[in-house]
Amino acid sequence: MEKDFDAIVVGGGLAGLAAAYTIADAGLEVLLLERGDYSGAKNVTGGRLYLNPVREMFPDLWEKAPLERFIAHEELSIMDKERSITVRYDGAELVQAPYQSYSILRGKFDRWFAKQAEKKGVAIVNKNRVDDLIIENGKVEGVRAGGEDLTAHVVVACDGVLSLLAEKAGLRKPGVPQDHAVGFKEIIELDRTTIEDRFNLEGDEGAARLFMGEVTRGKFGGGFLYTNKESVSLGIVVGIKDLMEEPMVQAPDLLDAFKLRPEIARLIKGGETSEYSAHVIPEGGYNSLSKLYGSGILLAGDAAGFSMNIGVTVRGMEYALASGYYAAQAVIKAKEADNFESETLAVYEKLLNESFVMTDFKNFKDAPRVMENPRFFQHYPQLAGNVMKDLYEVPAGSKARIYPTVKKYLTFGEMWAMFKDFRGVKKI
Amino acid sequence: MSELMGLKAKLGLDVFKHDKEAHIKIKPGMEKDPRLKRAVWVCPAGLYSENDQGEVELTIDGCLECGTCRIACGIEVLEWNYPNGGCGVQFRFG
Repeated sequence: MEKDFDAIVVGGGLAGLAAAYTIADAGLEVLLLERGDYSGAKNVTGGRLYLNPVREMFPDLWEKAPLERFIAHEELSIMDKERSITVRYDGAELVQAPYQSYSILRGKFDRWFAKQAEKKGVAIVNKNRVDDLIIENGKVEGVRAGGEDLTAHVVVACDGVLSLLAEKAGLRKPGVPQDHAVGFKEIIELDRTTIEDRFNLEGDEGAARLFMGEVTRGKFGGGFLYTNKESVSLGIVVGIKDLMEEPMVQAPDLLDAFKLRPEIARLIKGGETSEYSAHVIPEGGYNSLSKLYGSGILLAGDAAGFSMNIGVTVRGMEYALASGYYAAQAVIKAKEADNFESETLAVYEKLLNESFVMTDFKNFKDAPRVMENPRFFQHYPQLAGNVMKDLYEVPAGSKARIYPTVKKYLTFGEMWAMFKDFRGVKKI
Repeated sequence: MSELMGLKAKLGLDVFKHDKEAHIKIKPGMEKDPRLKRAVWVCPAGLYSENDQGEVELTIDGCLECGTCRIACGIEVLEWNYPNGGCGVQFRFG
C-alpha cells in the first residue's frame, strides 16, 4: 500500500530526534511531528547528559552541540533539618576530554538537534499535536493530527512519559504513582564569573550537586543543582506516591524551602529566576517498561519507560537517544525486508537487549525497590547529621570521648537495621 | 533574588500560549472524589484547590503539562489531554 512516509516520528524530544535523524541518514522518508512551537518547547531535564554511552551513535553531533558546561565536580549532600554533610568528588578523568557529562538545557539543545535532523532530510512539522493512531486490522498505519490522516509504514512513538499513543496502541496502561516521580526546577540566571567563583570552576567546568534527606521531607527523591553557562538549574525530584502520603506537603513548597536553606541561598543569591518548569519521570525501572513494539509501531525514550534513578546517578537522556537510535535501526531493517509487522520490528528489542540500555535496566532492576526504603531519605540523614554534630561540638565543659559518642547512635537494633538495609543495596 | 517569589509570579516568567479550550477537565460529578484531592498536593504549579464545599477546582492557566495529576488522580476523575498544537507552555530553557 502506498504511504505518505516510511516513518512518522511523534515527538521532538531526544528519542524522537535521534530516531528521525538516524532514519533520514539512511535515506528513508521521515516526518517528525512536534506539538510545541519548536522541538524542546515541551521538554525538561534536571539536567545533565552523559555522553560516553551514545557518543559513537551520533559521531558528527557533539562537536558543535550547544551543551552547557562539562561536569568536573560532583557533590552529594545529605541534609537534616539544620545541618548537612557533603561529599565532594574531583577526579582527573572528569577534567579530561572527551568529557563524560555535560549540563544541558533542552530548550536550546533540542531546538538545535532538530536543525541537524532537518539537514539530514527529516521533515519536521511543529505545533502539531497527534490525536490518534490509525489502526487497521491490528496494524498501526499512521497518525491523525490536526484533523488530517498521515500514513506511514511505521510510527515511532516518542511522545514522552505519559505516552498517550502507547495507550491507544494497547502497549501500556496509564502510569501509576509508584513508578513515577515529578521533577520541578527553576532556571536562575547568574553571570559567568559569579558562577565560576561560587562553584570554584575554571572556564567551562561545571558542577553537579545532589541533595537528599530533608530536602524532600524524607520522601523518596532529592534535590539537584547543575551549573549552566550563565544560570543554575535548581530543582527537586520526588516520588509521586510519596507526595500523596503523610506527611502532606505541597510539591512547590519543597522547592521554596530548598531555596531558603543556607547551603543553597548563598549559591543563588542575587540570581534572577527566568523559568519554572516541571516534568514527570518514569522511575519504575525494568519491571515497569512498556511493551516496546507492536505491528507498525515502536516506542522509544520516556514513552517506553527508559529512565533510571539509582541514587548517585539519575539518567534518562542517554536511554532516550540510544532507544531512538535503535528504533531507527529497526525501521531501516524493516524497510529492507519490506515488512513492518511486529515480528520484523522485534529486532528493536533484540538490539536494545544487546546494548547498554537493557543491560543497565536488567542490572539495576532491583534499584527502585531498594531505594524506596524511607530510612534512606529520613533516618540516615538525621543519624549522620547527629553524629557529625556531636563529633564537631566543643561544649563549654569537657568534650565527650569520640568512640562512646558514635557508639550511642549505633545500638544493636540500629546496627541490625542497617545491616538489613544495606543488604538490599547489594542488589544495586 | 534569594527571597521567595510566589508561585503565580514564578509561572508568570514562563511563556504560555492560550488554548481555546481547557486541556484537562475534572470529570462531572468527580469534584469531591478523594482521588482528585491528591492533585492539590502534587501539582507543581499549584493549579488545584479545594473550595468551601469540599470540591476541587482547577485553574488551567499556568499548567506545565507535566502529567503529575494524571498519574496521581487517574483518568477516572480527570479528562486529560495535551493542549492543541502550538498552545500551552513553551519552555525556553527546559
